[in-house]
Amino acid sequence: MHGKKKNLLSAEIVSTAGEPSKPELTSATAIHFVLLISRQGKVRLTKWYNPYPQKERSKVIKEVSTLVLTRGPKMCNFVDWHGYRVVYKRYASLYFCMCIDAADNELETLQIIHHFVEILDRYFGNVCELDLIFNFHKAYFILDEVLIAGELQESNKKAVLRLITTQDNLVEAAKEEASSLRNIIAQATK
Amino acid sequence: MALSGMRGLSVFISDIRNCHNKEQERLRVDKELGNIRTRFKNEKGLSPYEKKKYVWKMLYIYMLGYDVDFGHMETVSLISAPKYPEKQVGYIVTSCLLNENNDFLRMVINTVRNDIIGRNETYQCLALTMVGNIGGKEFSESLAPDVQKLLISSSCRPVVRKKAALCLLRLYRKNPDVVNIDGWSDRMAQLLDERDLGVLTSVMSLFVSLVSNNAEAYWNCLPKCVRILERMARNQDIPQEYTYYGIPSPWLQVLQRILMGTDVVKNVNKNNASHAVLFEALALVMHLDAEKEMMSQCVALLGKFIAVREPNIRYLGLENMSRMLLVTDVQDIIKRHQAQIITSLKDPDISIRRRALDLLYGMCDVTNAKEIVEELLQYLNTAEFAMREELSLKAAILAEKFAPDLSWYVDVILQLIDKAGDFVSDDIWYRVVQFVTNNEDLQPYAAAKAREYLDKPALHETMVKVSAYLLGEYGHLLARRPGCSPKELFAIINDKLPTVSYESYIDVEIQQRAVEYFELSRKGAALADVLAEMPKFPERESALLKKAEDAEVDTAEQSAIKLRSQQQTSSAIVVADQPPVNGSVPASNHLTLVKMPSQNITEESNVTYEEPPVEIPKENGAPVEVESKVENIPETNIESKVEPPAAHPASQADLLADLLGPLAIEGPPAAVEQNPVQGLETNQSPVGDLALATLEDQSNSVQIGLKAEWRAHHGRLVLFLGNKNTAPLLSVQALILPPSHLKTELSSVPDTVPPRAQVQIPLEVVNLRASRDVAVLDFSYTFGTSLVNVKLRLPVVLNKFLQPITLSPEEFFPQWKALNVQNLKVQEVVKGVKPLPLPEIASLFMSLHLAVAPGLDNNLNNLVACTTFFSETTRAMLCLVRIETDPQDRTQLRLTVASGDQYLTFELKEYIKEHLIDIPRVQAASPPVPVQPQLPPAAVPATYNDPGAMLAGLL
Repeated sequence: MHGKKKNLLSAEIVSTAGEPSKPELTSATAIHFVLLISRQGKVRLTKWYNPYPQKERSKVIKEVSTLVLTRGPKMCNFVDWHGYRVVYKRYASLYFCMCIDAADNELETLQIIHHFVEILDRYFGNVCELDLIFNFHKAYFILDEVLIAGELQESNKKAVLRLITTQDNLVEAAKEEASSLRNIIAQATK
Repeated sequence: MALSGMRGLSVFISDIRNCHNKEQERLRVDKELGNIRTRFKNEKGLSPYEKKKYVWKMLYIYMLGYDVDFGHMETVSLISAPKYPEKQVGYIVTSCLLNENNDFLRMVINTVRNDIIGRNETYQCLALTMVGNIGGKEFSESLAPDVQKLLISSSCRPVVRKKAALCLLRLYRKNPDVVNIDGWSDRMAQLLDERDLGVLTSVMSLFVSLVSNNAEAYWNCLPKCVRILERMARNQDIPQEYTYYGIPSPWLQVLQRILMGTDVVKNVNKNNASHAVLFEALALVMHLDAEKEMMSQCVALLGKFIAVREPNIRYLGLENMSRMLLVTDVQDIIKRHQAQIITSLKDPDISIRRRALDLLYGMCDVTNAKEIVEELLQYLNTAEFAMREELSLKAAILAEKFAPDLSWYVDVILQLIDKAGDFVSDDIWYRVVQFVTNNEDLQPYAAAKAREYLDKPALHETMVKVSAYLLGEYGHLLARRPGCSPKELFAIINDKLPTVSYESYIDVEIQQRAVEYFELSRKGAALADVLAEMPKFPERESALLKKAEDAEVDTAEQSAIKLRSQQQTSSAIVVADQPPVNGSVPASNHLTLVKMPSQNITEESNVTYEEPPVEIPKENGAPVEVESKVENIPETNIESKVEPPAAHPASQADLLADLLGPLAIEGPPAAVEQNPVQGLETNQSPVGDLALATLEDQSNSVQIGLKAEWRAHHGRLVLFLGNKNTAPLLSVQALILPPSHLKTELSSVPDTVPPRAQVQIPLEVVNLRASRDVAVLDFSYTFGTSLVNVKLRLPVVLNKFLQPITLSPEEFFPQWKALNVQNLKVQEVVKGVKPLPLPEIASLFMSLHLAVAPGLDNNLNNLVACTTFFSETTRAMLCLVRIETDPQDRTQLRLTVASGDQYLTFELKEYIKEHLIDIPRVQAASPPVPVQPQLPPAAVPATYNDPGAMLAGLL
């Protein structure tokens, strides 16, 4: 995990520095599920906004990975899948996929993906796949601040980052409290 | 930042990453799961930190694709933990591992509610997020009021309120009743005043969902929405943080400006953002059905898009063109881009090719069908397997719907089969067989084409089938061409047949066929009938269209198909408004006809007859119209091999009317027919024993009469042709198209019928064997400049050759017993019988020339009848009939027919059955006698403006 670090956003032509972002929001873009898949087909994150049963989930993952991973680099970011549309984008070795209705706005969904990646990037500081492997729970925290019920919740990256930092601080504080408690108990029982 | 902050978790993840193969990974996972399971079993010694760690491990294992079927309760119970870190993990892992139907969730509803209504903002956020992501119906019912309160509360911070908005959206989706519209629309209007764009974003999603269910109720919010849009579009008052690559939170902007101003720029993200807005604007333009000017502007813009390098824009350009096709009248403008769209069909990206295919399918009409279908056929050579079936189905549908001529259609389908046989469903080749069978002009061409394909060294199975069928039926039309003698045709087909896979074991198949052929060869004269050409198929809804509708297609495409089929309802090729009976074609196996008894039902002409006149579809009129004429010429002798007579009670009634009424005029070419209803009524007027048709055009009037005399299997008929006009009828031609069971001889017909004159044409008929087929008179003449052609059904029906006979019990019973041989005596329970009292059935029998013999059957509910049938093969043959009725249920009865000839038995049984299933509306009081009195001319009130009329049954 050292030295192999490959930034997800390094492939991006544009620097995001100093440019706060805001993907537009339009009609009821319900995202049905979010998948992060590595180029080797390993799943890095799954989030289901529709009640898929367990078996269904594995099937969906298999199908969508096969569809997306086989596509060439110069192709568009949309694939048809069972009447739905999978919008995906590759960042370094990771594919970010979101499934929407065929009638929904594909570009908007693409912006949501990018928005999410930019937040990850800022949070981890040049995010790479390894960050998301060892801190997969952080990715879930962040996703929950970006999407709820498959809808965009916050398009302000800074707002999201502030919330995540607050959460981290809360966890840290609890940890310190616990350890100081442990110390007190340890000392008391010495 | 690479470590998770939980050492145990990081170690586990590293272990997994170090596994060299799946097997190692599984072992490591199983070990970990076992460990977690043991630890969970003894919960007392478990610290909250450890619990948290295990739950994360479970989620990780779950993500790797392993089943995690325990520990759910422990996960859910973390939600109730007192400290934030555990609670957070409980909420988030629960919403990833479980779905809304999980029973454990019910256990925590109360805890969740307490977190929502409690004062701790971070807990509120966690609870709202989880409910928003996996809340089900139960959550909806118990939590919606609390969530609503948070959303409108002025004391809550935006971070809570935006989550509350989306949480409420989820609950509303699960159960719309939780939002009480009356009070809520005003609240919504207030919420739209929100200055925080994060909250506004979420509120907007909720709002869109509410409005899409009930737009009326939220009308009051409209001005606010417009104001928000304006604010966005003018980039006023938008905090820096809420711009995306310099574009203000781009909702919808003023349409014109967007359409004019959007251009492809270098920055991909900015590009995406502005185009996302643009496509929303386009959707709005379509929705508003804006004026043509703006539409063509849109199309022009999309036309630019489909040619750019950026694949997303190409994709969306094509997709939005397809959408525009559905809602607006822009087909002609889109057609200008056809060349570019066809280029897109060769795009390296399958997603784009699919959109191009959809668009081409949607924009196809008669003007460009040839070009588009030929492109599709070309593309078929290179298309990947994933697309071939859809491609061939679409090509087949377009070829069928928009064929400029039928030979082209045949070409296309044969090419399809040749290039992509595996993907050509049976429906497609059945359809081509239908067309060929129903269009005589097409038959030599199709047969010749099929013959050409057979010369290819390798043939697809479907091609062998379709060629075998076409050459089997129409090969004789090629007899004079080189290499097309029957023997050669047989040799070449026989050569290819082994490549066709049989559905069953070959040995059994051969045995079965051998038995069938043997049986067939014993049928004697019936053989000729069995081997006769296939009769025309009844018009049905195109199975392809149905299939396309059933197929999994996206919504846009579905509506495209719907739209197409709506446009098509009146065309003869795809008759959609007829009941689709037995959707597919009976010809699935060319040997099927061996097994199928021929039963002639004259329904088809009746059915076409009741159809409204064929209208000419606006845009694709011309060729279709031509076809419809071909299709709709009333034809008798339609053998329906798949439909039991009972399937068409209505046409049965018509049939009876035809036979029992002295005269029936029916089924003029539908294209010109103007008064079908009145025409039908003339069927029912009883006019003695005469047969007469008056053909009236605006300018000319011709009477056709008939007199008949029957003796045994001979009939002597005289046709009267009366010219009531002051000008002569020229080029008069009359031709009898006899069914195979009749030998007819029509005396020569004079070429001219002088004004106000009548000519008589004797016609000799010999009955060869039993059949319910009917002879047709093809009559044509020229009057003035117009050529008139009519086909008239002659009243030479089965019962003309029956002579009632009375038998005593001593004569009857030995015969009855002697005929206890399979196929000679046939019994059938007939259902759907029009309930009739027994005396009425008796009189019906008499009218069919069956002599009812009272007292032969002791049961009063039964009836026995005898008759003699005359034909050249059977000579005089005794026929015995018995019906047993059920006084409880008069709609069914058991019918037994016996005779010395199995074919006669079958035909007579079917003939009687046809009459029982519905009763004649004109119940002839006195059964007519076989010998008809003379003299035609009592004019039937002929209401036709059209000389197409049919003359039929006369008892």
